[in-house]
Amino acid sequence: MNTWTHYHLAKTVDDALQALSSTQGETRLVSGGTDLLLDIQQGRMPAPELLVDLTGVEEMRCLELRGAELFIGAAVPLSRVAESPLVAEHARALTEAAGLIGGPQVRNVATLGGNVGHALPAADGTISLLAMGAQAEVAAPEGRRRVDLAALFAGPGQSNLDRRREVLVGFYLAARQPNEGSAFARVMRPQGVALPILNMGIWLRREGSRVVDVRVAVGPGGPRPHRSAAAETCLCAGEFTPERVELACKALLEDTRFRTSPQRATAAYRNHLSGVLMKDIIQRAWVRAAGQA
Amino acid sequence: MDSSPEIHLIVNGVPHTLPALPGEMLADLLRERLGLTGVKIGCNECECGACTVIVDGLPVLSCNYPSQRADGKSVLTIEGLAGLMKSQDGQPHLHPLQEAFVLHGAVQCGFCIPGQIMTAYGLLLQNDNPDSDAIRHALKDTLCRCAGYPTIERAIQAAALAMRTGQAVQAPSLPQSARPRNEVGRHHIRPEAVAKVTGDALYSDDITFPGLLHGRAKRAMHPHARLKRLDVEKARALPGVAAVLTAADIPGDHNHGLVIPDWPTLVGIGERIRYVGDSVALVAAETREIATAALELIEADYEDLPPITSAVQARQPETEAIHPNGNLLKHIKVRKGDMEAGFARAEVVLEHTFHTQITDHAFMEPECSVAHLSSDERMEIYVGSQIPYSDRAQVARALCWDEEKVRIVGMLIGGGFGGKEDITGQIHAALLCRATGRPVKVLYDRHESLLVHPKRHATQIRVKVGALRDGQLTAVETELYGDTGAYASLGEKVMTRATTHSSGPYEVEHVRADCYAMYTNNPPAGAFRGFGVLQSAFAVESIMDMLAAELKMDPVELRRRNALRVGSVTNTGQKLTESVGLLECIDKVDAEMRRLGGPEPFKPVSVPEAPHLLRVWGFAAAYKNTGLGGGAPDKAGAEVEVYPNGMAEVRTSSAELGQGLVTVLQLVAAEELGMPAEQVRVLLSDTDLTPDGGPTTASRQTYVTGNAARGAAKALCEAMTAYIAEKYDLPPDQIRFVEGLAQLPGGLKAIPVGQVAAEMSADGRPPRALFEYWAPATKPLGQGGDMHFAYSFAAQAAQIEVNTLTGEVKVLRMLAANDVGSAINPLGLQGQVEGGIMMGIGNALTEHFIVDNGRVVTDRLSRYRVPGIALTPEITSFIVEHPTAEGPFGAKGVGEVVLIPTSPAITNAIFNATGVRVDRLPVDQELILREMGRFA
Repeated sequence: MNTWTHYHLAKTVDDALQALSSTQGETRLVSGGTDLLLDIQQGRMPAPELLVDLTGVEEMRCLELRGAELFIGAAVPLSRVAESPLVAEHARALTEAAGLIGGPQVRNVATLGGNVGHALPAADGTISLLAMGAQAEVAAPEGRRRVDLAALFAGPGQSNLDRRREVLVGFYLAARQPNEGSAFARVMRPQGVALPILNMGIWLRREGSRVVDVRVAVGPGGPRPHRSAAAETCLCAGEFTPERVELACKALLEDTRFRTSPQRATAAYRNHLSGVLMKDIIQRAWVRAAGQA
Repeated sequence: MDSSPEIHLIVNGVPHTLPALPGEMLADLLRERLGLTGVKIGCNECECGACTVIVDGLPVLSCNYPSQRADGKSVLTIEGLAGLMKSQDGQPHLHPLQEAFVLHGAVQCGFCIPGQIMTAYGLLLQNDNPDSDAIRHALKDTLCRCAGYPTIERAIQAAALAMRTGQAVQAPSLPQSARPRNEVGRHHIRPEAVAKVTGDALYSDDITFPGLLHGRAKRAMHPHARLKRLDVEKARALPGVAAVLTAADIPGDHNHGLVIPDWPTLVGIGERIRYVGDSVALVAAETREIATAALELIEADYEDLPPITSAVQARQPETEAIHPNGNLLKHIKVRKGDMEAGFARAEVVLEHTFHTQITDHAFMEPECSVAHLSSDERMEIYVGSQIPYSDRAQVARALCWDEEKVRIVGMLIGGGFGGKEDITGQIHAALLCRATGRPVKVLYDRHESLLVHPKRHATQIRVKVGALRDGQLTAVETELYGDTGAYASLGEKVMTRATTHSSGPYEVEHVRADCYAMYTNNPPAGAFRGFGVLQSAFAVESIMDMLAAELKMDPVELRRRNALRVGSVTNTGQKLTESVGLLECIDKVDAEMRRLGGPEPFKPVSVPEAPHLLRVWGFAAAYKNTGLGGGAPDKAGAEVEVYPNGMAEVRTSSAELGQGLVTVLQLVAAEELGMPAEQVRVLLSDTDLTPDGGPTTASRQTYVTGNAARGAAKALCEAMTAYIAEKYDLPPDQIRFVEGLAQLPGGLKAIPVGQVAAEMSADGRPPRALFEYWAPATKPLGQGGDMHFAYSFAAQAAQIEVNTLTGEVKVLRMLAANDVGSAINPLGLQGQVEGGIMMGIGNALTEHFIVDNGRVVTDRLSRYRVPGIALTPEITSFIVEHPTAEGPFGAKGVGEVVLIPTSPAITNAIFNATGVRVDRLPVDQELILREMGRFA
């Protein structure tokens, strides 16, 4: 059994789209491939006839400010994301998440595109991008479009992207204003699979002693990467105080359904940890929003 | 559709153009097409880092990097690293990283080393002065199971310093033996280390033969069933398949086994499947891919039977017997004194039940055997095995051949830890080779390795202790259930050791221990460093702390009060007459713990800037036998020869697993021959060329094989002395061997030993000597007397940090003292101590081989956490030397005792921090928090 039959190193997004349309057989897009290639090798996914490698597409390896937005190409290796001063300035939650994904060698090839494309509900890259309110640029034969990140997820491991004809080009994040800040953290179990028991990313905008806008993303809080509207509403409903944070921790549990995963964590433990993480992360985001980075 | 039918890439500075192959990863291209076998495959799933190479300046995992992606790129492998350092003479020199790894003893089994060095090289490209944090960050996922992480860190810093300053790489400062001799007890580098840092070192998967076939086994994947039907015709018809074999094709014995031949080489139709890893058919094919495809075409029908999933269930009368003699492998009993009297005298009685998990050796090198028919029709098997002579016997029995027609050729071993004692692919490779007449390689991938080889016994241990108010133990009663899985392997021996050590390294007047070693439908359990004692020590060392709390006594003092010492009688009735350094171990660790942690080290202290973090110490002690014991004949043979070029060679079949045996034998022989160590080389593990050293197990190599090498060297000295005395008419007692010269009396010129060898050869007196060493006889359990000829002792203290918000536990510091008799090879000893502690940390905190209703959940390395460098605490090691008279230069075993106290030291610290008694391993952070009442 070969992991693939044909391998195409795409030079441009159009080249990749064309390659996708060139065969009726099973095709897969690959960037780092640190999840995908293992899924194929270990039989969780059929071996494709064609792999289209995106790591040589310049546009998708681009990481730069574009006007009031930060663009991160879907094929930028995570090590570059983690070490980028631009990302650190504008999206600290993403810096913190990217530095935790895999190990150093994996991060030299693994990408945010793969992390999001895999559509797992608790992927560190995905959760932090969701907290950052990222939009995704998607290329299809009929043209390009921008969608909210959340729109890409259909279910656990299920993406709404049509992988036979669409390419995830990259992500746009709003450049940081001085009164905005973000943070990310996770809790692991030392045994077993390298997936977090719980991870959380928060972005917020503060005015005076209040949070006026906030995004709280948490995984695994449902079949898809999850944002807690209840916690977000609660955090904006009054002065930013320890009591408000306590209320937000409770609110989060209203619209977030943590599950019990055998051998990993019970729902009760996750409920508890969500409060621990929330308090830590929101405090750090709050401090950063005071311009203290 | 492919971008290009060719791949253009530069490897180690040399441009290559190669045709693109479907499905090929860079590691395959490098290993198979360019012969760069320094690129190691440890897991093939992006977990271990062994395959790390540098692509355009960045370290990447070549096992999962499509080779076509490397088109137009520049690749550097370990083989190219030395080439970077060409000096004026045009010869490649070792890169400072390679040199530093050798000097600092960072190289043990060596399998992970190319990956470690290449990852470190990638780090140094970006940071020429990395601190500890930077190194730990960069090497986080580059695993070393020998766990030489502290030395790896020091080596990288030494290399970085050398590169910044242009100076030579500095050697480490290292505690030596307190009583060093000319060679023994001093800092020596490992003779095979250079080959291991350049990628030249060959492990079994690194060799090939013309016409090599690839063999694979069809695994049942049913935990308990009867094989009803097997159809291999479609597999046989697949083009490229050379042979498909079933049980009916085995010419000789159908079963194998180290002690009891109860393990079918292939399960036949109508026979019982006892675990998921049982094999039902074998395939040999032109490529591994074809062999894998053929396995899919084999049709097998099973009648499933209810699996037996625990030792306790296995012993219930209604449980079906899975072996002809029932599910009880052995009821092991220890009896001393009168339990009723012991408990009647006790003022305090405590009882508690503990559970330990299954763990996997996770040696970095998966199993591989290559079978080859020699020109004279002998079966040669190239394999990294802990017991070559047993392999030979078992292969011969399966083939129905004379043992002399089988030769086991030992390759380098990428870690064993007990997991390479049982036969794995050796018989399968031999059967396929015999059937096809062609060489056959049977390589396990990590998935198969995890499924198939024997594990550590999951054990349930109930301990009941009685003590006086002053702390004196009056009685200890234990009851153990050991899960030996589907087959016996070394289960009886392992559980015997668990049982005899189950009342701890203490003198107790009244002892009763009962152990039921039970067959189940879990993967077999066998030898694993610590050999049962790891399990029972966790129980008894936990209850010792519980008892100390009950008595309101310092737990160290309680241990001192009861510690074995010279004159003590063990629970098996052995009077200890020498070499009991336990009290000194306890004192050394205790003093250092209180120096660091103050007078109340067991009282938790919160971190000022983060009050939810509690820091505290925990303490434990241990002992472990050296050698087989229990009445088993324990012997080793060794041969020593001196050559006219002045080199000496030591030969024995014992195995170098990374523990440093080569250095030990080199030093022992050099000391005895009066030669510099550099003039002594060691040849191991070849049943044609080396005498039987016995199994490499039970911490016995330094003692037993060390004595064999010493005896052979001594005999050779005597032969040389006699020869010189005769030839030059000198009194033999005035001839001395010093620094490679025979020193003669009366102002005569010294003769180099090489010349003596040449003269002896010319006179028909071969300059070699064979010696068979028999260790002191021991008594079987139950007969009293000496059950073992030596014991090693240890104490450890762990400083941990508990996060009281999440339950997470981190080990900050470990203090260890080990009574090793005498330290023959201090650099190797350091590796054993540090690596043992890391394995102990894994056992306590990260490692859990999960089997659910007989099915293996932990079937990938991504589901099994081997501790990495990031979990490495600061480790302080004290060498305690209470020599044993019979051991070589006073030495006894060290390989196992080093990890035994680690787990209970950590869990005792967890109790001290949280009040939660961990009685089930591994530590469950969620459970700690729940029991602390932090959530419902």
